[in-house]
Amino acid sequence: MTEQTTSGIRYGMVIDLDKCTGCMACAVACQQENNVSFREDESDKLRSITWLEMFYLNNGKTYPEHRQAYLPRPCQHCDSAHDSPYTFVCPVNATKRDEENGLVNQIPVRCIGCRYCMAACPYHARYFNWWDTKWPKPMGEMLTPDVSPRMRGVVEKCTMCVHRLQLAMDKAFLEGRKELHEGEYVPACVEACPAKAMFFGNLHDPESQVAKLKKSPNAFQLLKKLKTEPKIYYMSSQDWIRKLADNVI
Amino acid sequence: MDSALIPEGVKRCSFTQFAIWILVLGGLIAWGVLAGLIVLFKGLNVTGLNDYFGFGLWITADLGVIALGAGAFFTGFLTYIIGKKELKEIINLAVIIGFICYSGAMLVLVLDIGQPLRAWFSYWHPNVHSMLTEVIFCITCYFMVLTIEYLPLILENRQLDKIRGIHFFSHNLHEIMALFAATGTFLSFFHQGSLGGMYGVLFGRPFAFREGFFIWPWTFFLFIASAIASGPSLTILVCYLVQEVTKKKLVRKEVLWELARISGCLLAFYMVVKLVDTWYWAYVYAPSKGLTLSTFYKAPYGLWLLFAEVGLCGIIPAIMLLIPKVRQDDIWMLTACFLNCAGCLINRFVFTVQTLAAPVLPFDRWELYVPTWQEWAPTVALIAYGGLLISLSYRYLPVFPKERELNPID
Repeated sequence: MTEQTTSGIRYGMVIDLDKCTGCMACAVACQQENNVSFREDESDKLRSITWLEMFYLNNGKTYPEHRQAYLPRPCQHCDSAHDSPYTFVCPVNATKRDEENGLVNQIPVRCIGCRYCMAACPYHARYFNWWDTKWPKPMGEMLTPDVSPRMRGVVEKCTMCVHRLQLAMDKAFLEGRKELHEGEYVPACVEACPAKAMFFGNLHDPESQVAKLKKSPNAFQLLKKLKTEPKIYYMSSQDWIRKLADNVI
Repeated sequence: MDSALIPEGVKRCSFTQFAIWILVLGGLIAWGVLAGLIVLFKGLNVTGLNDYFGFGLWITADLGVIALGAGAFFTGFLTYIIGKKELKEIINLAVIIGFICYSGAMLVLVLDIGQPLRAWFSYWHPNVHSMLTEVIFCITCYFMVLTIEYLPLILENRQLDKIRGIHFFSHNLHEIMALFAATGTFLSFFHQGSLGGMYGVLFGRPFAFREGFFIWPWTFFLFIASAIASGPSLTILVCYLVQEVTKKKLVRKEVLWELARISGCLLAFYMVVKLVDTWYWAYVYAPSKGLTLSTFYKAPYGLWLLFAEVGLCGIIPAIMLLIPKVRQDDIWMLTACFLNCAGCLINRFVFTVQTLAAPVLPFDRWELYVPTWQEWAPTVALIAYGGLLISLSYRYLPVFPKERELNPID
């Protein structure tokens, strides 16, 4: 975990893969909430902007031993000491980790589009705007007002719906509080999941659901050996899924 | 027609012949400019780059030309700091090559970044922790040094030199050239290294990541070593090419042999450290991350790349350049220099493209990167731009101090 925790808040997620059906309601909610642009032809998956990408996993065996699962992959908001893998590479400080809450921010108006951060991220969580954004009518009128759309030539990624955090903090301030209650700030993906497979909260709050779930023996992180310290935990009772979380000789 | 601009005491081809050659180069450059304009107006979607390959041909070409352009600073270092005065016969050419490499790389970078108009952010909002920031600042400063080193040569054009003030200015610049050579050496050391550091610090990409010394991963030092080993080889190759095209002797063979010997020594040193680094990375670091050497290689990014880089284009040319009888044979020396430069380019390609191709997540997949013509055209234009600058410099400037002595006119 980072050495620079100042406020005792580290927002993170736990995703229960035993419950995830791969319906992608989370991905759709993310797309809608964050004004993620799309094109008429989205068949080139290597240029689709999918802040929350769904991976299909299988155990490589045939019937009757064949097993499959779905793994939703948002930005991992890596908590590695000093810097996340990509925050220290950006030449213009367009991406920084907010040490007040642990979220890794992306500032599109600062980004020069060098794509060095994309090279640094092993989770493919960062996406480049290869085209100008064009919203088919009347979708341009339906954008979330709290999220700036991005232009061609800049990188974007999951922000853990940081605008929702801002709105929640504004509300708390008006009510004379500094702390948020659990559930007051929830990203769109977590809110949308019909299977209740996604949990969100402060990993540093021992009373929070995510803090308890991450201690489960079935909980794991992706690529733990790289010491990126992702704040997205996954859970599965299936051994073959847990083995796919990291490279093993 | 342009004889008044040609240096005294030397012969040049007819203006018509030269004009046709310039038109050919101009055509290639125009093709590159057209592609560049398409990229700037339509966006980077016209390239073969995607979210898996944020870096591609242009970054490989940039890193390659900057490494090969190291002949400029290193020859300057050898000439003015170490005191190898015989290299003054070739230093002007080395500076021109360096100027071409760095200016060309910066022009291609304008196309590569998504927001070229924001390029100045790197200077105004720099992230002091980023290797790329160091690269940007250092390359900018070094390009200024190269311009200052190129300037006296331009001012020595026959007509410009007649102007008293210009003659006085260029003569004084020559006197303090050692200062710029030292500055250039210092700056180049750091940006050549930081280009390697850019990959070595990627702890999310085990293929590229290296442990190291303090804040500098081993790739920092490896990139410097490969640049100073291959840079002089490119200088030799270009010199031979100019001699072949102009049918003239421009630099004494002994000078080229000496540069080749130095290149061979540096390449041999680089090969030793590269082999040690590769062994450690393959058998100690990668297994600690649950990876083996074979997990990093899959066709077309296969193990053949490693054998080509280190074997065919590393150890073999090093041996060739170290054996006097071999390096003093024109064909073998040129072959060795070519392989040396090719090895450097393979290394830059491997670190740029293969790093991104090799999946890190166990359930991720290998993808293939194929550049489009809009990427090839500016890259070819960069080489044509180099040809243009060398052609113009050779025709109108006294690039080779020994030319008159080696090619007396009857």
